[in-house]
Amino acid sequence: MAKIKLAKSKVEKLVEICKSFDNKGSELINVLHKAQETFGYLPAEVQETIARELNVSVAHVYGVVTFYSFFSMVPKGEFPISICMGTACYVRGAEKVLEEFKRQLNVPVGETTEDGKFSISCLRCVGACGLAPVVTVGERVYGRVSAGDVADIIKEYQK
Amino acid sequence: MEKMIKLIIDKKQVEVPQGTTILEAAKGIGIDIPTLCYMNLGDMGIEHNPGGCRICVVEVEGRRNLAPSCNTKCGDGMVINTHNIRVLNARKTVMELMLSDHPFDCLVCAKSGNCDLQSMAQQLGVRELHYKGEQSTYKVDYSPSIIRDMDKCIMCRRCETMCNEVQTVGALSAVNRGFQSVVAPAFEMDLEKSVCTYCGQCVAVCPTGALTEKDHTNQLIRDLADAKKTVVVQTAPAVRAALGEEFGMEPGTLVTGKMVAALRQLGFDSVFDTDFAADLTIMEEGTELLDRLKKHLDGDKNVKLPILTSCCPAWVNFFEHHFPDMKEIPSTARSPQQMFGPIAKNYLAKEMGIKREDMIVVSIMPCLAKKYECQRDEFKVDGDPDVNYSITTRELANLIKQANMDFKTLPDEEFDNPMGESTGAGVIFGTTGGVIEAAARTAYEVYTGKTLEKVDFEALRGMEGIRSATVDFDGLPLNIGIAHGLGNARKLLEDIRDGKSHYHAIEIMACPGGCIGGGGQPLHHGDSSILKKRAAALYREDAGKAIRKSHENPYIIKLYEEFLGKPCGELSHKLLHTHYFDKSNDIEIE
Repeated sequence: MAKIKLAKSKVEKLVEICKSFDNKGSELINVLHKAQETFGYLPAEVQETIARELNVSVAHVYGVVTFYSFFSMVPKGEFPISICMGTACYVRGAEKVLEEFKRQLNVPVGETTEDGKFSISCLRCVGACGLAPVVTVGERVYGRVSAGDVADIIKEYQK
Repeated sequence: MEKMIKLIIDKKQVEVPQGTTILEAAKGIGIDIPTLCYMNLGDMGIEHNPGGCRICVVEVEGRRNLAPSCNTKCGDGMVINTHNIRVLNARKTVMELMLSDHPFDCLVCAKSGNCDLQSMAQQLGVRELHYKGEQSTYKVDYSPSIIRDMDKCIMCRRCETMCNEVQTVGALSAVNRGFQSVVAPAFEMDLEKSVCTYCGQCVAVCPTGALTEKDHTNQLIRDLADAKKTVVVQTAPAVRAALGEEFGMEPGTLVTGKMVAALRQLGFDSVFDTDFAADLTIMEEGTELLDRLKKHLDGDKNVKLPILTSCCPAWVNFFEHHFPDMKEIPSTARSPQQMFGPIAKNYLAKEMGIKREDMIVVSIMPCLAKKYECQRDEFKVDGDPDVNYSITTRELANLIKQANMDFKTLPDEEFDNPMGESTGAGVIFGTTGGVIEAAARTAYEVYTGKTLEKVDFEALRGMEGIRSATVDFDGLPLNIGIAHGLGNARKLLEDIRDGKSHYHAIEIMACPGGCIGGGGQPLHHGDSSILKKRAAALYREDAGKAIRKSHENPYIIKLYEEFLGKPCGELSHKLLHTHYFDKSNDIEIE
């Protein structure tokens, strides 16, 4: 296992999470869910610690983390932006909206701006197809978004 | 009574026990359904049938989709077609799709001629490729022993089964998904930074050129051509029991004499035997065992038992990574390869009147981890390795072919002396159980002061993954454990850690079967009967030797008299012993 670079309190929290699932290797996905909920993302050190606690290989943990798009190894931004790529949103121009966010923030999908403010991700259907295309920023939902609205949305959070 | 099931395969009635796969049922009536990702390591109880490649599909009448025969169980009344036009076209399409993301460098690929993908494409009659798609472009990962070229990976995941289930090393896992999925170490780091032990079992089962050994043959050809260098070679015991297979000889054919002749013709200045160093290992390791045993019997609480053998470099890597808290238990004796090196460069070089730096020591090994072992810093003097590099049995076979030798007709020749003389005890180092049997032969006589009448310890032999036996040392019952395959080794180690072990000494070899099943041997494609034949060959060579106990090797006796002094003495400790490292903190995260 790698040298743990996490703060002691974080390691303790992880140990506690693993323990709440009886340190069972078969509970790996649940443990990862909880860990991501706690830390916001799953950096290598967190995966190393979980592997050690559950007595599974780090390669296995990493395999699971990279298989599910829900799990992320990069911290999300302070304001996580999600663009819906479900069928309804897609046919009504979600891709152009996504391209505009990528262009204006200068980050690809799945990454976070250097100042840590914004991250971009895609999701599949938020159940608001009548508002397509839909964008969410944190908990807030924006409907009928066009590429022209992107600058205004970003501006709201840059204050 | 297990329930029997009746079905029809290719118009033939067949009855099989419930739970039998279509693939097995077909095999039973002489129908050989082609497979690619499938792997069956019968004796190890490992069947790898992820059904991932889809080459083994068959038509089950009444089902909408074709079924992978390797992991579809037979059902009562099933009617199965294994080679109608629908099935044949599907197989071909699957193969073409696989090849659409495979490099076309077969002519220069290390695996060419021994590649399952290549031969399956031939078998399926693929003559045209209809699909042009995206191609993977991974960085080639060069470690000291193993090269990973993931552009050639077909995701059969056999390597994962070997690494995780058989060896329990956990270096590899499938990562990412869809087109991006690939088998890789954690965080897609280089293998060298992972927990890989270099046992090479992944290489031994890889169906393509995705996993191959680091090839040292070009370096060797250059060194042999250099007139300023004296190039000496040592050959591990397991090599002579398998090399012949590369030349179409029956598994289990001993080719010791032909191998020596071939090495001489290749241009080595001296052809020696690692078995000589194996005898030396027994002197050192056996002495250490008896010393620890005596102290233990005298009630010394600081002495740790069992003592574990330390000949196997993949095993050493394994405990350094996974059981560093127990690194004081294995013997400090170096492996035979690494005992040969310093004796050659410090003693033989002087005898031959040459300088250390002008001597190149090469080893022929059944092993990939030996390549890494040569490079370990503690086995170098001012940057000069005691053993410069090792080549595998497979690499040697290629060299012999390149040198235009008709191996089968070579006359038998003898090893050179002094470091070519070995006893039967040194020979059996190449198979599981052999090292501890060799140690028992010498330790018995030294401990009891009596002559051992029956040198064959049959109880220590066999192919079971974990074996134990009690050897009577003239009233002292010595409990001996044996494990081969790192998964089995792990079980014994966990018992020791939990205080449940009752052994005095344990022999561990990383590869199933021991060195005869090493990652550098001719590929046995999971056929364990080949391993048994190789082991039998070594026991045959042992039985035919005039001297069968290491401490009776006249050149070993002379070496101690003239140079080393006594076993585990000061010079021995400097040249023939080592220490181990805690590598559990070794992984770097980038």
